[in-house]
Amino acid sequence: MKTLGYYPGCSLRGGGIELDLSVRALARAAGVELREIEDWNCCGASAAHSLDHALAVALPYRVLALAESQGLSEVLAPCAACFSRLKGTGVRLSRSPELSRRMHELVERPYRGSVSILNINEFVAALLAGGLSEKLTRKLGLKAVAYYGCLLSRGQDIVTNDDAEDPKGMEAAIRAAGCEVLPWNSSNECCGGGFSMSKTGSVLDLSQAVLDEARAAGADLVVTGCPMCHSNLDMRQLELLKRRRIPGAMPILYLSELLGLAAGLEPAALGLDRHFIGSRGLVRGGA
Amino acid sequence: MSSSREHPLAQAVREEAGVVLSECYQCGKCTAGCPMARYMDISPNQVMRLAQAGDGDAMERLLSCEALWYCAGCLTCAQRCPRKLDPAAVMDVLREMAHRRGKVPAAARKVRAFHEAFLAAVEFGGRMEEIPLVLRYKLKSLDLLGDAGLAPLMLARRKLPLLPHAIRGRGEVRRIFEKCRKRTRP
Repeated sequence: MKTLGYYPGCSLRGGGIELDLSVRALARAAGVELREIEDWNCCGASAAHSLDHALAVALPYRVLALAESQGLSEVLAPCAACFSRLKGTGVRLSRSPELSRRMHELVERPYRGSVSILNINEFVAALLAGGLSEKLTRKLGLKAVAYYGCLLSRGQDIVTNDDAEDPKGMEAAIRAAGCEVLPWNSSNECCGGGFSMSKTGSVLDLSQAVLDEARAAGADLVVTGCPMCHSNLDMRQLELLKRRRIPGAMPILYLSELLGLAAGLEPAALGLDRHFIGSRGLVRGGA
Repeated sequence: MSSSREHPLAQAVREEAGVVLSECYQCGKCTAGCPMARYMDISPNQVMRLAQAGDGDAMERLLSCEALWYCAGCLTCAQRCPRKLDPAAVMDVLREMAHRRGKVPAAARKVRAFHEAFLAAVEFGGRMEEIPLVLRYKLKSLDLLGDAGLAPLMLARRKLPLLPHAIRGRGEVRRIFEKCRKRTRP
């Protein structure tokens, strides 16, 4: 793997920018070129399938069609929601020539079905297998819990390399960074997803439950691959701390940040200084 | 597996969500695993039961319930259903019907406002951008003060792009939105 297509998605240009920074930095460190899909559009996230089922397929269809026309056969979508929408659309199109025909007509672009979509766990595993392991010279010595949330654990024929009820896809990578992976009860529980603004109370309840479980397991940090999970556990943690609903701060790191630290990259280059909950206590020079 | 006795909702759910409603035997596993069930006025398995009935009374309750709007799309119900059905996809079909008919309960209006603001931002420039999204959401929901303190914090952490970006293909994206709006069903 020398060149890989790249779909950052909207979050990674805004609130989830740390995921973009750390994924790009990690790819550079591993000698992999990420080629961003030119002129990509939003995948529709939760909003499109909530209100319009045709739009929910048409938006990812345009992205897949662009990737194909730009010669990208493998595309990394680090955001768990983008991954789920893009790959899910590909699966549905491959099963229904009728849906493919309707989408071709609606979007006015052809798509033959040649693009495969990788999530962050698959990407990191591929980098490690391709030689990144040897570059992880800094053993971090932390106790971590792996948080997959919904869209890196579930999705029939979407998350194909893991067990939906007991996901393990991050563990080898966390260990390769010199960390211990602790067993815990919330690896695939929901954080409240896209309700951060519109039903904030549910996000506070569900994210608190995840943070409580991480603390009970004895974790120094939570490792995630999803920008929605990160925002809910990191930014919304401010409110939980203010209301004294949790006893102390719990740092939330992206898997790509953890691996970047183990590869000796600068915390700020990975975006660690942009989190709401600081990680200074975890690593020397942390932000 | 279509049937001439299938009511219109059952047909729509089968065609759009690939779910045959009559296969649900009401075990309640979808509700047991649903992280949002505690906030819902009727539970996911009750949504399935009413959808099976599909008569006028059932439709009235379904299209005006809050539950449809509180599905987080976590996929737990579909993952665990012993009949391999997808209650969340059924809720998607019903929510779209409720949305198109304007039947949204007052308690769920903020949720709909958020989805609408999100899509309006995407229709405008091809991508979701947080500042336009939040401004649109605040105008639609009239939740003007909620989270007002977060924007400066996000800016301080350089999490928000200051310059808006529109993709070259935004005309193409707008046409996709227009065509979707013109569809007659559901």
